[in-house]
Amino acid sequence: MAKLKDSEHLLRLAAVFLVIFLSFLFIRTHFVPKSFGLYGHYRADALKEITARPMAFAGHQACAECHDDVVKTKAVGKHAVVNCEACHGALQKHVEDPASVIPQLPDTGVLCARCHEANLAKPKAFPQLSTKDHSGGEKCKTCHQPHSPLLQPGGRK
Amino acid sequence: MSITRRQILILLPAAALSWKYLLAGAPELAPNYTQSEHWWGMLIDIPKCIGCGNCVRACKAENNVPDGYFRTWVERYHVDDFHIETPTVDSPDGAIDGFPGSKEQGGKNFFVPKLCNHCVDSPCTQVCPVGATFDSKDGVVLIDEKYCLGCRYCIQACPYGCRFLHPEKKTAEKCTLCYHRITKGFTTACAENCPTGARQLADLKNPSDPIHEYLKTHSVQVLKPHLATGAKVYYSGLDGSVR
Repeated sequence: MAKLKDSEHLLRLAAVFLVIFLSFLFIRTHFVPKSFGLYGHYRADALKEITARPMAFAGHQACAECHDDVVKTKAVGKHAVVNCEACHGALQKHVEDPASVIPQLPDTGVLCARCHEANLAKPKAFPQLSTKDHSGGEKCKTCHQPHSPLLQPGGRK
Repeated sequence: MSITRRQILILLPAAALSWKYLLAGAPELAPNYTQSEHWWGMLIDIPKCIGCGNCVRACKAENNVPDGYFRTWVERYHVDDFHIETPTVDSPDGAIDGFPGSKEQGGKNFFVPKLCNHCVDSPCTQVCPVGATFDSKDGVVLIDEKYCLGCRYCIQACPYGCRFLHPEKKTAEKCTLCYHRITKGFTTACAENCPTGARQLADLKNPSDPIHEYLKTHSVQVLKPHLATGAKVYYSGLDGSVR
């Protein structure tokens, strides 16, 4: 009995450590998210959450499903590589509900200048001009058909 | 407890069946998408960039980027003939409305689109104290916005200045390489809207991706290669003055 008395303080210390260890385990199991560490040092569910974010741009294939005629016109013109939403804006909502979400036509006076206004830093081969000198404020659409912008003999096609 | 021959014969096929599920690992994120089959990067063809800012606007629309902050932006470089190491760089409002006409004559002028480089050894991931920023198995550096403390270590660690603290959420934000799009088979919003094809999403694990032929036949460079971050945004025609 005397021997046990001497070691009592050790037992107490061990008990304190045990309590700390158990509370650590308790906190760990309750506060670390379930999926943490499944793939690495992060919450695996975050990947699912990021993947589930909604899209704003539907992609050119979605446009082609209905607007085949425009895609054909565009394919033979100078704007063949420009995707529809690059000018018409994000239209995933229109794809989901074509009847009630009607996209606005872009203003060619502003839109075309974004790419074609002359700038020294633009590649030399890229067609660019000073819109002020070229049309004097007239909308590009007056002469050019944006889907196939090269002028045809006799004006706008 | 002893096991009979009959029990072994029943258990063996059952074990063989379950082995397949053991090997399959974690379930898929999206239908028909397996993380281990992809390794994402981007190709930027500088001689094709016209500085229109379409990528910046597209990124904002796709990812609800707050005003005045950018997940991607375009810089304009002016390099004087006699000062090739000290270029003049501007990026008015991240080029969200394109660029005004250049005033400076002579020298070299060109645009450089920038975004997160999705580094293999990303400094931002290394400094995150809680594991809120991480490298996915398909090579994209992502942020868990529910887990981010907003301590800003990663913002300081990124050598490319690609991160910012969201003014309302108070969590770190940056380009996700449109992870919600590329896992569904779409390209990124910036690449979708680039009118000249200067930005192209690249899957380096896909043998039929044109990136492989491009990398073999062109001189490409990454930004700050001396930092050995393993950046995966490849620039074609990159000038030595670009930082």
